[in-house]
Amino acid sequence: MTATTAMPGVVGSKGAPRARGPREKLMSRTAAMLVMAVFTLYFLVPIWWLLVASTKSPGQLLTTPGLWFADFNFIENVTALFEYRGGVYWKWLGNSVLYAGLGGLIGTLIAAMCGYALAKYRFPGREVIFNVVLGGVLVPATALALPLFLLFSTVGLTNTFWAVFLPSIVSPFGVYLTRIFAAASVPDELIEASRIDGAGEVRTFFTVSIRLMSPALVTVFLFQFVAIWNNFFLPLIMLRSEELFPVTFGLYTWNSQLNQIPELRSYVLIGALLSIVPLIVAFLALQRFWRNGLGAGALK
Amino acid sequence: MQHTTKALAAFALVGTLALAGCSTASGDGGSSAAGDCTPSDGKVDLTFTSWIPGIEDAVQMWNEENPDIQVAVQTGPNGNSGTYQNFFNQLKAGNAPDLGQIEYDALPNFRVQDGLEDLAACADVVAAEEQFVPWTWGQVTLGTDDEIYGVPQDSGPMGLFYRSDLFEANGIAVPTTWDEYKEAAKQVRAAGGYITNFSQTDINQFAGFVWQADGQWFQNDGDEWTVDLTGEASKTVADYWQELLDEDLVSTYPAWTDEWNNAYNSGEVWSWNSAVWGANSIASGAPDTAGKWSVALAPQWNSGEAKAGNWGGSSVAVFKGSEHVYEATKFALWLNTSDEALTALNTSANIYPATVAGLDLPSLQEGVEFYGGQKIYDVFKEAATQVNPDFVWGPTMTQTYADVADGFKAAASGQGTLFESLENAQKTTVDALKAQSIPVAG
Repeated sequence: MTATTAMPGVVGSKGAPRARGPREKLMSRTAAMLVMAVFTLYFLVPIWWLLVASTKSPGQLLTTPGLWFADFNFIENVTALFEYRGGVYWKWLGNSVLYAGLGGLIGTLIAAMCGYALAKYRFPGREVIFNVVLGGVLVPATALALPLFLLFSTVGLTNTFWAVFLPSIVSPFGVYLTRIFAAASVPDELIEASRIDGAGEVRTFFTVSIRLMSPALVTVFLFQFVAIWNNFFLPLIMLRSEELFPVTFGLYTWNSQLNQIPELRSYVLIGALLSIVPLIVAFLALQRFWRNGLGAGALK
Repeated sequence: MQHTTKALAAFALVGTLALAGCSTASGDGGSSAAGDCTPSDGKVDLTFTSWIPGIEDAVQMWNEENPDIQVAVQTGPNGNSGTYQNFFNQLKAGNAPDLGQIEYDALPNFRVQDGLEDLAACADVVAAEEQFVPWTWGQVTLGTDDEIYGVPQDSGPMGLFYRSDLFEANGIAVPTTWDEYKEAAKQVRAAGGYITNFSQTDINQFAGFVWQADGQWFQNDGDEWTVDLTGEASKTVADYWQELLDEDLVSTYPAWTDEWNNAYNSGEVWSWNSAVWGANSIASGAPDTAGKWSVALAPQWNSGEAKAGNWGGSSVAVFKGSEHVYEATKFALWLNTSDEALTALNTSANIYPATVAGLDLPSLQEGVEFYGGQKIYDVFKEAATQVNPDFVWGPTMTQTYADVADGFKAAASGQGTLFESLENAQKTTVDALKAQSIPVAG
């Protein structure tokens, strides 16, 4: 804002404005930096606290200052966590990866097919379907958990892998995003050309269209991955067997028993720290595509 | 375009088939003849939901010894953090587990929602009464004469945890009555500390104080509930703690937080009126004070009395709709009375048994290092037999706790009094019962 209002002054003379411009720029930049620094701090302090806490022995956890290290006990904590109750934490981590990874992949594929169909085929009721899907974006997943539980109960699927997996592969937001993206980035002429060359619809989709849509798909996948990873309410309602728990819910069950079994505290902390690692990995690995996807969608 | 419509039609067809699958599946999920307690033929599979970590190990022992009654453990967060809600959802969906862990103060809620089997038809359960500490049995009969809604699992008799080193160094005698406790509080305050922390949120601790004073918050004569949060005993207890608050003799840190732990760890707070399971809470929350604590019987309201309150404890109940009530109770009795199970639960999860024999478990005979080698469980064994058997919980404890806690929080910061909070909660609790169409007197 300040930079643009200063523009008329810049036109007048040559020497002075150059001195003024950068300074104002500098000030606005400093202000922006300051704001960003505050927010960065705000977001990072809890993670810093978690990192520090995870290096402390259970005894020092509550008795030493929270934001600085005491005796380094990280390795012992991790080993203790991995050994606790026969390594159930590994099982939970694996479940989360399975729910979020596989669920994200299949969810993305379904969303891509649906969005593509809505964007590229003309059929009666197309807008109605799209609007219903769009309405689905507005319904929070939490509100659906209990109806889903009752539904899954009648088919006897509660407390199974499917109880968490099946609802996870549905992504109305993904359909919305892929539809917009497919409309913008997959030219009708290309599909036409592919048809003339004798490719069927399915083949056209998988060999031509899906590649053009890949930036959007990465975005959808990441969104879906994070949403499933962090989905807590659905497992809470659906799952009873420890071996099916995702890591978020497993840690919650431990955390709910701190009053009576205080030694769980350090397991919860170290477990929480380790459970964000896969998310960070997923983001870093896919970051390039993701940024691409956001930008490309916006420009076209 | 043509085949997209076809695909849609196919999709719709699959959907219909799936729905048809639903309706057939729900047919065999119904309940069989409830209320009777006869053995089933052949092998029986039971499900048991409990949030105690390590309970699988105990169940494993059962499964090895009883090939015809196999129990599968299900788990989750502790009751109020989600498992109770799950139980209600499952009851509604008709697929509740056979057995579930339910804390004493939540049992009436499941009872009024008709979620529990009455185990009075099971001769084994009726016969087991004498094995349990008498008052714990009152917690599962819910104050009735001929109904039993669970098997007691553990209990939380209350005692006084105190810093014996500080009391001794300052020449303060260990209080045996609440009057002495207040006098001691003044001396502690003069020495720069607080005798204890008043928790605004642990309403079940406060209920334990009222329980010790022979108060009765709820009663149920079979037809009607009576709510009495403002009786004489409640007034005595509320006024007592109000005085301590007014005279700044107790601290008011939010319980179970870091600052609360720190207040104990740094020696600012010198005692805690807590249940037997609190022994571990102090040990982990205030590790720097190891060896400096002792445990005494709770201070009495009248000198010469020997009464204790209770804080916590749970039961194992059989849910409505279980097709194997007999086998379920057999397992529940084994889990909560046999030496091997009680030992396993005590060592893996600090479960303090509810049986008379369980109070003498070998693992409860040893001195505890954190308490300077004192055999603290001897004290709790004595306390366990001093609890009033007539205290009954109400059907809406979550609401009652929340409303009292709201008032207590305000009172701790100087707005209103503890007793006014109880008066207010009395009204809201009666309203809550009426709103659920639960018959209530007055």
